[in-house]
Amino acid sequence: MSNILELKNVSFDYFLNGEASLRALDDISLTIEKGEYIALIGSNGSGKSTLARLLNAILLPTAGEVWVDGLLTSRDEHRWEIRRRVGMVFQNPDNQIVATTVEEDVAFGLENLGIPSSLIKRRVSEALERVGLSSFRNHAPYLLSGGQKQRLAIAGIIAMRPHCLVLDEPTAMLDPRGRREVLDTVKKMNRREGITVVHITHFMEETLEADRIFVMDRGKIVQSAKPEELFNGETDLNQLGLEIPVLPRLIRMLRSEGLDIPANILNLNDLVNILC
Amino acid sequence: MRAITLGHYLPGDSLLHKLDPRIKLLCLLVLIVTLFLVRTFWGFILFGAFIFIIFLIAKLPWRYFLRGLRPVLYIILFTLILHFLFTKGGKVYWRLGPLSVEEAGIYMGTFMTLRLILLVVTTLLITLTTSPISFADGIEFMLRPFRRLGIPGHEIAMMMTIALRFIPTLMEESDKIRKAQIARGADFETGNIFRRARNLVPLLVPLFVSAFRRADELAIAMEARCYQGGKGRTKMRELHTKPLDYFGLFTSFGMMLVILLGRV
Repeated sequence: MSNILELKNVSFDYFLNGEASLRALDDISLTIEKGEYIALIGSNGSGKSTLARLLNAILLPTAGEVWVDGLLTSRDEHRWEIRRRVGMVFQNPDNQIVATTVEEDVAFGLENLGIPSSLIKRRVSEALERVGLSSFRNHAPYLLSGGQKQRLAIAGIIAMRPHCLVLDEPTAMLDPRGRREVLDTVKKMNRREGITVVHITHFMEETLEADRIFVMDRGKIVQSAKPEELFNGETDLNQLGLEIPVLPRLIRMLRSEGLDIPANILNLNDLVNILC
Repeated sequence: MRAITLGHYLPGDSLLHKLDPRIKLLCLLVLIVTLFLVRTFWGFILFGAFIFIIFLIAKLPWRYFLRGLRPVLYIILFTLILHFLFTKGGKVYWRLGPLSVEEAGIYMGTFMTLRLILLVVTTLLITLTTSPISFADGIEFMLRPFRRLGIPGHEIAMMMTIALRFIPTLMEESDKIRKAQIARGADFETGNIFRRARNLVPLLVPLFVSAFRRADELAIAMEARCYQGGKGRTKMRELHTKPLDYFGLFTSFGMMLVILLGRV
């Protein structure tokens, strides 16, 4: 396995009137392997979104280096190739849809890449199929539900054949059903097609399926662990402004009551099997 | 939510709907020029008959034309009255102090009014049968040769597309803000027009603030999807001219020639 994303001593300052006024990221180093599913959590203002934006050269680090697939984000000639390889889905579904029909919006990125028309059509159909929106091809985007809009945004990205998908709180504005739709789609992209996923989220439940969880606090990565290690371990998540999801919390409580539950249990079915 | 269409596009599958948008824009240009070449009432009758036939081909309902004329009604009336009162010459029909209605005034007034009405109707014929999005495509193409003069054709078309995309979103949002302000005691319904206009401020300010925030986020999302302006960009839907398009163009130029050579 090779590294798809690599951050070397990355810092980022926001500037105000020419002066560095806020250190959003503070000397972060990390590597993410191809095909990994990473969840990135942390309280508001911990630097999650800033980190995400460094991954496809929307922001450039004040200090340090960001490498994507062996390309350096701060080199101008790498910028567009990096943006093709690292696709981004944002929080507000409305503010990332450009075109007036579903298929046109999926085509937007491909058109930017200068791909010939016949190939665009094929890739658009394929991408819509993969996110399950084929029947909405000619719909106007505002007629879609929140979950469908986010899936449309994902389709627009995967049509460009990225190696990595960065999602910046994609479910924050959705209802539970929409959240499920988006999570299932993302998981499918990761498991079936091997696309690396960096998923930023507020919902702790959404991190349970990740390969690794990064916990951020005040511009630093304070924890990097597998979900079962993180939630069963000693880290005081409450102090970082985070909450342990219901299931691990329940397991903890059962354990303290003297029940013997193995450390790698993280979903409901497994727990039921162990207990009954 | 109210359905909003720009330029009142009416979907359909007539021959006119099928024309290439670029050709339609070109035809419109030719016909407008033709309209200004018309010198007699016979010319208008000829032109009117031509438009009437196209109108039948396009299978559009009558009321859309009346509705389309309504916004320009005052301009038409204004032109008519101005000419009636101030263009002098020929027989005097009516006089009151410095004001008089004379023969030349009536002639010019009717002439200009007919020209205006035909201008609006011709334009409507095109806008009613062209979807806004293919309109944008057409405009982008037509402006391409003017790129060197600094006319940003691609950007104009992109702006049109984004505007179309965000009209429903912003409508929904203004509705939401309106309700939120009413819940806080705002009054949008009573008072005279000035008062009402002033009362719109609590609606407009949040709407604009949010529109700017949206624009900012959209710009980042577009850049993240490799948008770098019109250079090197391709299109999913390419425009192709068909024999029908050449026929349309040929007919428009034909009309122009008839008007020119017939000296009508």
